[in-house]
Amino acid sequence: MVSAIKIKDVQVSYHGRSAIEAIDLTLEQGKVLGIIGPNGAGKSTLLKAILNLVSIDKGVIEIFGEALKENRKRIAYVPQRNQYDWDFPIHVLDAVLIGTYPILGIFKRPKKKDKEWAYECLKKVRMEEFAHRQIGELSGGQQQRVFLARALAQKADIFFLDEPFVGIDATSEEMIVKLLKDLRDQGKTVVVVHHDLSKANEYFDELLLLNKQVIEYGSPQQVLIPEVMRKAYESELSFLYEVGVN
Amino acid sequence: MAFIEGLIEYDFLQKALLTSIMVGIICGVIGCFIILRGMALMGDAISHAVLPGVAISYAIGINFFFGAVFTGVLTAIGIGFVSQNSRIKQDTAIGIMFSAAFALGVILITVLESSTDLYHILFGNVLAVRPSDMWITLGIGVIVLVSVFTFYKELLVTSFDETMAEVYGLPVRLIHYFLMTLLTMVTVASLQTVGIILVVAMLITPAATAYLLTDRLSTMIFISATIGVSAAVIGLYFSFTYNLASGATIVLAATTLFFLAFVFSPKQGILWRKLNARKQRTVTN
Repeated sequence: MVSAIKIKDVQVSYHGRSAIEAIDLTLEQGKVLGIIGPNGAGKSTLLKAILNLVSIDKGVIEIFGEALKENRKRIAYVPQRNQYDWDFPIHVLDAVLIGTYPILGIFKRPKKKDKEWAYECLKKVRMEEFAHRQIGELSGGQQQRVFLARALAQKADIFFLDEPFVGIDATSEEMIVKLLKDLRDQGKTVVVVHHDLSKANEYFDELLLLNKQVIEYGSPQQVLIPEVMRKAYESELSFLYEVGVN
Repeated sequence: MAFIEGLIEYDFLQKALLTSIMVGIICGVIGCFIILRGMALMGDAISHAVLPGVAISYAIGINFFFGAVFTGVLTAIGIGFVSQNSRIKQDTAIGIMFSAAFALGVILITVLESSTDLYHILFGNVLAVRPSDMWITLGIGVIVLVSVFTFYKELLVTSFDETMAEVYGLPVRLIHYFLMTLLTMVTVASLQTVGIILVVAMLITPAATAYLLTDRLSTMIFISATIGVSAAVIGLYFSFTYNLASGATIVLAATTLFFLAFVFSPKQGILWRKLNARKQRTVTN
């Protein structure tokens, strides 16, 4: 089976300063990958590079063995929650319905069966009773669930989520983790940019520890060991140490 | 009423009414996308940027529509070029480009000594609408409405979540320029009715009013168009009856409707929010 994502020697820079460099990664299908690392390690940049939202200076990125543009409709992306204008005049169900747009293509409008499918996806995140609320009326966790529902509506094969657990309640977090694992069990691939290390070993099959470069890539057992983590978090730890001393 | 009698009697007033209604509709519709994308300043810019085009059109004797669309779109592209190829932020780029275009327009009108009445272009004179202007407005109206209807889905997703649209392969930059072209056309269509200076109010005020009254985009567009039409008709009435510049009366009518919504909107109005807050307090006490 072809790898879900294959990255070779990728470098991205902003205004001449490199954000990530020499990135190599091969992710097989049917895995949940967590991308972890300190602030400014380039986690979101890597995600954006894979999604072609930033241009890469060099290297190769393949999705299912091809360039991204051949496989755009097999990708679902859930951006960070702060990306949205939560006052936008849109109801929850309509926001989920947007997930059907990529498959519909230009000119075609969502029909009844698309609306039913969107509602179906909303049920999977147990948000159906909020279907006709404006999106800003929801709590952070509920908003995140709605955007996961939208990703589900896309019927994608790879799911990218950028910091989905930031500022959400425990119930929502649990539900999202379970849904992501269900997707994996159906053979889908899930990539999550993750901030909090405490539950990383429960949530992910594989971890990519990043600090501008790949520090370590492997199973949680391989990555979540003090010697390895220290390499990525050294600067932050020494900073904390200094603060502690003073 | 003199206005009704005038409508029956005078051909020019019928044309003015028809043109105003169309302008109210298309400004209301396009305005929704303009305010949701945070492009109010862009609307102001494009409307000023059509002036040099209008001047040149009069000078070489073609309909002002063509020149206006040309310089309007050119300015939109110029703004995009400057902000994407330097550290200059978009609102700054807008400020530079539109004032330049407007200044050029003022000079061209003077130098070319065209028969253009600058005052009418700046402030609108709907009662002087010629048949050709009316037909152009109607034509633009049809193009704008058909475009928005056809690409509603794409306009919605690029306004709400441009990143997602880009990831699934929509040409987001092309859609931006497409919307800029529609915006320019709407501006041109509104020239006779409200004039360059006040077009931005017709784009923004009805849409902002609708924004306070609903939380669904499709409903918002409908309400916005209705408010645009109401403002246009009320404004036309005052313009005709009291011999005032039509642009000014139409804009003030729209502003009045906005403040009504601002106070009385069931969900967003300050009145109900105050009352609700008081109710909450008494409940907690």
